[in-house]
Amino acid sequence: MRGAKSAKWVAGAIVVALAATACGGGSDKGNDAKGEVDPNGIFSIEVGEPEKPLYTGDTMESNGSIVMAGLFSTLVDYKDDGSLEMINAESVETTDSKMWTVKLKKGWKFHDGTPVTAKSYVDAWNWNANIDNAMGLSSWFADIKGFDKVHPEAEGAKSTAKELEGLKVVDDSTFTIELSKATPAFGHKLAYIVFAPLPASFYKDTKAAGQKPVGNGPYKFDSWDHKKQIKIVRNDDYTGPNKAKNGGVIFKNYTTLEAAYEDLKSGNVDVLRQIGPKDLPVYRQDLGDRAVDQPYSSIQTLAIAFYADQWKKPKQVNPKVIQGLSMAIDRATITKTVLQGTREPATGWVAKGVLGYQENGAGDITKYDPAKAKALIAEGGGVPNNAITIQFNADGGHKEWVDAVCNSITQATQVKCTGDSKPDFQADLTARKSKQVKSIYRSGWVLDYPINSNFISDLFRTGAAGNQGDFSNKELDAKIAAADGAATLDESVKQFQEIEKSLVNYMPSIPLWYYKVNAGYSEKVSGVKYGQDGDPILTGVEVKK
Amino acid sequence: MGRYVARRLLQMIPVFLGTTFLIFFMVYSLPGDPVLGLFGDKGVDPATLAAKRHELGLDLPIWEQYWNYMTNIILHFDFGNQIRNGRPVTEVLGDAFPITLQLAAMAFVFELVFGIGLGVIAGLKAGRLADNAILIFTLLIISIPVFVLGYIIKMVFAFQLEWIEPNVSNDQLFSEMLAPAIVLGGLSLAYVARLTRTSMAENLRADYMRTAVAKGLPKSRVIGVHLLRNSMIPVVTFLGTDIGALMGGAVVTEGIFNVKGIGGVIYESISRREGTTIVGLVTILVIVYLVTSLLVDLLYAVLDPRIRYA
Repeated sequence: MRGAKSAKWVAGAIVVALAATACGGGSDKGNDAKGEVDPNGIFSIEVGEPEKPLYTGDTMESNGSIVMAGLFSTLVDYKDDGSLEMINAESVETTDSKMWTVKLKKGWKFHDGTPVTAKSYVDAWNWNANIDNAMGLSSWFADIKGFDKVHPEAEGAKSTAKELEGLKVVDDSTFTIELSKATPAFGHKLAYIVFAPLPASFYKDTKAAGQKPVGNGPYKFDSWDHKKQIKIVRNDDYTGPNKAKNGGVIFKNYTTLEAAYEDLKSGNVDVLRQIGPKDLPVYRQDLGDRAVDQPYSSIQTLAIAFYADQWKKPKQVNPKVIQGLSMAIDRATITKTVLQGTREPATGWVAKGVLGYQENGAGDITKYDPAKAKALIAEGGGVPNNAITIQFNADGGHKEWVDAVCNSITQATQVKCTGDSKPDFQADLTARKSKQVKSIYRSGWVLDYPINSNFISDLFRTGAAGNQGDFSNKELDAKIAAADGAATLDESVKQFQEIEKSLVNYMPSIPLWYYKVNAGYSEKVSGVKYGQDGDPILTGVEVKK
Repeated sequence: MGRYVARRLLQMIPVFLGTTFLIFFMVYSLPGDPVLGLFGDKGVDPATLAAKRHELGLDLPIWEQYWNYMTNIILHFDFGNQIRNGRPVTEVLGDAFPITLQLAAMAFVFELVFGIGLGVIAGLKAGRLADNAILIFTLLIISIPVFVLGYIIKMVFAFQLEWIEPNVSNDQLFSEMLAPAIVLGGLSLAYVARLTRTSMAENLRADYMRTAVAKGLPKSRVIGVHLLRNSMIPVVTFLGTDIGALMGGAVVTEGIFNVKGIGGVIYESISRREGTTIVGLVTILVIVYLVTSLLVDLLYAVLDPRIRYA
């Protein structure tokens, strides 16, 4: 430690000397020296404390998943256009979308030196799927044959098998996956962290593994100083295509986004994932071309609580009424003023950047047209009680736009609209789960895998986990089932595009806007890109000397 | 004296039980399910929810949960684990408390030295220019909210003058902690100064002061021993309770200056319904309050020997 410190001091002295000579000579020269890339440079990034221990089967929030993305490599990843890229897999093949054969690249090792084999995958999936381990992402294995035996879904049910019937190890580098029905999107799902392999040491002490994960990815775990920082360093033995261009990453914890932004300006942190509301109006001027403003695959909607008396009694609400409400929202103005350009008006239910995204997927109903809105509501028999409420959590910065949406609706249609504020996200979720939402609630969705089915099947299918408003329509269910089970991916995507176009006839929710990444980075780094999930891509960041 | 201390210590037991009981039930009566919160917008199947609840012991009746919790604390000094990350609460608090303690101690020293210093000057010069200046200064501090003061200090010293770093780094250097400590201690400093001033101004006219002066004692002794010592009783009372307030009330200051202390833990635990963490935290704060108020009571006798304990 002492050596490291004095080395740092010497480096500091050199920087000062360089800066001094740069002043004396030409400024161009100084810039060249500064622009050189240090392949072993470590950069820091603002990330909160992960909510839970770092398990591949339980890390679903962004603070943990960005760390896991560095530590683990899955079989595949996807490119910007939605097509697959092989990472740990040599090939992932299927002829009928039901039977899949995975061949692994040879010579891969976990960070503890043990080889990555077909068994490392199969064992990990079985463990993650097992109900006894209560992993939050276990439902991702539901496509695989035998899942209901390993993980029955009814409350209090016991598992009757320990292993998924559909998984078979053929040899050290080959295994097969049998699904319970054809699922063309399954190959894309494999990019998700829950499908990562686990080393044998994981099962010996799972508790320790959650604190000090051993992965197979481009970075090795170094240290976790709880609530302060996590450090990962480059894995020099890594042979995958996404080798790190830097020496490592420090995930720094900040109490507020404002504090992180101040530290970015004073050079104490290199990459931000988000800019706080206070600094949004100025960050473009402050950072210049280091300011990031880019959409990612995520959408905000107003979901209808179809179980509420308002929409159910005396008869099921006519979708025209909801269409009318949707047309009464002035998305363009609200995103520009209230949300300060941090969102982009949505034109459909599928977010940008995923396979099958289509411009104007929702047709005219996302256009602001007060006259037509009024007419549609009247045609549909009017809003029951002529009043709606929008439930939101007060701790998430939603109040301003909910008020704006309400104003817009009331002004356009004279339907009374008020915000129904829950103190925090927990209370909001509990109200949704216990079916106490009175009218409408705000809902958000970030992609799990870049295919349009993720924004339709996982949200509007009867009984889907993301379908918390109890939307249910037999006709639509049948169409979704057909599209989900289509023989090829292309066909499935096309069918879901059709379904998205037809959703206006059901109006399961009102699309509002797509999220954007509003972030920035310091002068010390370059090559900072943000992925479809809105997180910076760690391996591509280059650190300047 | 010994008996008095023993009695006071025994009194802590019912206070301790009462506060933990109240907090425990209050957290559980808040709307919002901590387990459901783990899964967010995406939802989860009932089997996993039930399994998680069972694993955490949250499926037991609230009475049983409280009983298990208290017996674990008393028998094993085990404050339970956090719901989300499974870390032992003692470890979480053990990480955060030293930082807040350092911050509170620095703030305390700051308010003690400058508060009493200013109070003494104002008290001795009651009604004169220095006194008025100090009164205006303290009024100003009292009327500025903490977060405004915090941002002003950041703006001036970190961004304009660039004397200090805007935020506290993970190493909690002394130089970085100075600014938050001054902000945290600022408000109390004003109260200490005013209390000291009033008490001094009053005692200046006391009989024993006249006697001391009449005896021909040197001025430093008159003021330092006779006047100051007797004027300190209300100030000590305030300082005693303020230690607890400094530790618990650092939420805003810690947030502004990125200090990873108790403030963040309090905020996070409440919003995530981490009942065990809040109870553990409050328990420690209660003990801090109880101990300091005992110390204050004992200090009275040192300051004024006429006060005796049975």
